[in-house]
Amino acid sequence: MSKEKKPFNRRDLLHGGLQGACLLGLGGLSGALLAGGGKAESTVWQIDPYKCVACGNCATYCVLKESAVKCVHAFALCGYCDLCTGYFEPEPAELDTGAENQLCPTGAIQRTYIEDPYYEYTIDEALCIGCGKCVKGCNAFGNGSLFLQVRHDRCLHCNECSIAAACPSQAFRRVPASQPYLLKEADHAG
Amino acid sequence: MTPLRVLTLLFLLLGVLSASASAIERFPPPEFTQHTLPETAVPVPRAAAWDYIDSVVLLAALAAASYLSLARRSRRGLFVLMLFCLLYFGFWREGCICPIGAVQNVALALFDSGYALPWVALVFFALPLVFSLFFGRSFCGAVCPLGAIQDVVVLRPVSVPRWLQHGLGLLAYVYLGAAVLFAATGSAFIICQYDPFVSFFRLSGSINMLILGACLLLIGMFVARPYCRFLCPYGALLRVVGHLSRWRVTITPTECIQCRLCADSCPFGAIEPATTTQLPAIQASDKKRLGILLALLPVLILGGGFLVSRLSVPFSRMHATVRLAEQVAREQADRTRETTDASDAFRTTGEPLESLYARALAKRRQIGRGAWLLGGFLALVLGCKAIRLAVYRRRSEYQADRGYCLSCGRCYAYCPMDPRNQQAQPIEHGDDT
Ligand code: SF4
Ligand code: SF4
Ligand code: SF4
Ligand code: SF4
Repeated sequence: MSKEKKPFNRRDLLHGGLQGACLLGLGGLSGALLAGGGKAESTVWQIDPYKCVACGNCATYCVLKESAVKCVHAFALCGYCDLCTGYFEPEPAELDTGAENQLCPTGAIQRTYIEDPYYEYTIDEALCIGCGKCVKGCNAFGNGSLFLQVRHDRCLHCNECSIAAACPSQAFRRVPASQPYLLKEADHAG
Repeated sequence: MTPLRVLTLLFLLLGVLSASASAIERFPPPEFTQHTLPETAVPVPRAAAWDYIDSVVLLAALAAASYLSLARRSRRGLFVLMLFCLLYFGFWREGCICPIGAVQNVALALFDSGYALPWVALVFFALPLVFSLFFGRSFCGAVCPLGAIQDVVVLRPVSVPRWLQHGLGLLAYVYLGAAVLFAATGSAFIICQYDPFVSFFRLSGSINMLILGACLLLIGMFVARPYCRFLCPYGALLRVVGHLSRWRVTITPTECIQCRLCADSCPFGAIEPATTTQLPAIQASDKKRLGILLALLPVLILGGGFLVSRLSVPFSRMHATVRLAEQVAREQADRTRETTDASDAFRTTGEPLESLYARALAKRRQIGRGAWLLGGFLALVLGCKAIRLAVYRRRSEYQADRGYCLSCGRCYAYCPMDPRNQQAQPIEHGDDT
């Protein structure tokens, strides 16, 4: 830190000038960004369920061994169908809970009888791998009440989400951390 | 199972008839009287408080690193601080967000008004730069988790020839320029995609990145901190800013007696020997060379811009929209070609082809302009490097190069003028700690 006293010379002047310019530049940049950014809250990644095509990348591209993306269910949209096309194989042998009849590779969807003829389907997130097979089925022939979401108890909030980079439908986007989900709502026109 | 099959067929038909696929009430939700619908669970993200905690820890660590490297001159202290930061920013916070990646957030925010830069990203980007403007690269010395993980494996550093060190060091500017180009155009965050150590911090990640990280660490046993010296894009920024730093690491606390004991002590080849005085004749020829270089610089910049702009087509393929448009165009030209998930998804949106092509073309133009800038920037870097090598600098003492010194404090133990080294310590063993 010791700097010997030298007479002031050109090099010092240049040095000081550049230093000041650097500081000013950094300050100006920060100011401009903060002013322009407005609410510069932290963001997290989320899937727009109306864009997602359930391609299956969500299960494999997450940096976590077990993806942070899981299937969620908007119960208010569900038809509670007996023949759930998100739950059953396209041509099920039997409308029962046999594993061979289910779409879900891990049996993460639970089917519970409510009242005739309605069944409720709930996701066991510990088992769900986010492959979106059920989402595809539900979207194709059902109400589309099953959809994929980044689960924020698991997500690491990568600066760039690896799945977002691999998503074919550009369904991923940054959302404010205070509103971290893009859930399907009953009144969405689309 | 015939009735079932009929039912399935019926559903199939229904599905095909209702064109748009999402959230359609094909089956009106039942009105239950007895049963209440379950809530869809929404686990919250980590508390916003972490943003504040991270910023405060960063500020404190930078202040401590600057104090330890410049005032206390304590390698041991720096090492302990470095381990703490490795644990905190690396393994506990899992390496995200770091200043290196924050470069991209800042670049994106500058060019895309739709992206609101989180304040914590700005803090992480700016704080280490401000500190290095005053105290040298104290961030690299003890705070950066990527630097730390490489620093702990430095085993038997070999010295890299000067020309190679300076040459490879230019790679960092290429990386920086490319990262800014791709981030600013919204194409990709390549620094994050190719972060070699983050998979170690998270103890998970793609196998390729794990292998890359492991290779770098293996190399790093002998070529100290290879990522820092030759690749790190933020390090490139810090190197520039470090040249302007107000204070710097000085190897000797008092006066250099040119004993050369410290000459090989820096594992990063940052120590510049003292110079002999220069003959007037050489000085004159140096001046001439400098003049020529300065005159050539604009030509160099234009040439660089032109050269790199030739790459704008492959560059633009980094952007998803351009890739999609190319794929769709290929499918249009050849109807038998298999469609991809991306083109299928595009077709369900009902966007007209022309609008997609227009968007892709605009992106390609933007990236083309960026490529000109990138080329100009790289040529400028090259020119500045040449000028720096051409300009003679008088050094009356052994000095740590402000740009290349990582403020690690290893060289302190070698100077015989430091009273702490005059006591019992054998100077040959000024090892890691
Ligand atoms: S990668 Fe995209 S399209 Fe594929 S399942 Fe995930 S969100 Fe949906
Ligand atoms: S941000 Fe990271 S952890 Fe979260 S879903 Fe994407 S890849 Fe997985
Ligand atoms: S050069 Fe880059 S990776 Fe190395 S310590 Fe500095 S910021 Fe970290
Ligand atoms: S403090 Fe000394 S040993 Fe460490 S990087 Fe700087 S010059 Fe090299």
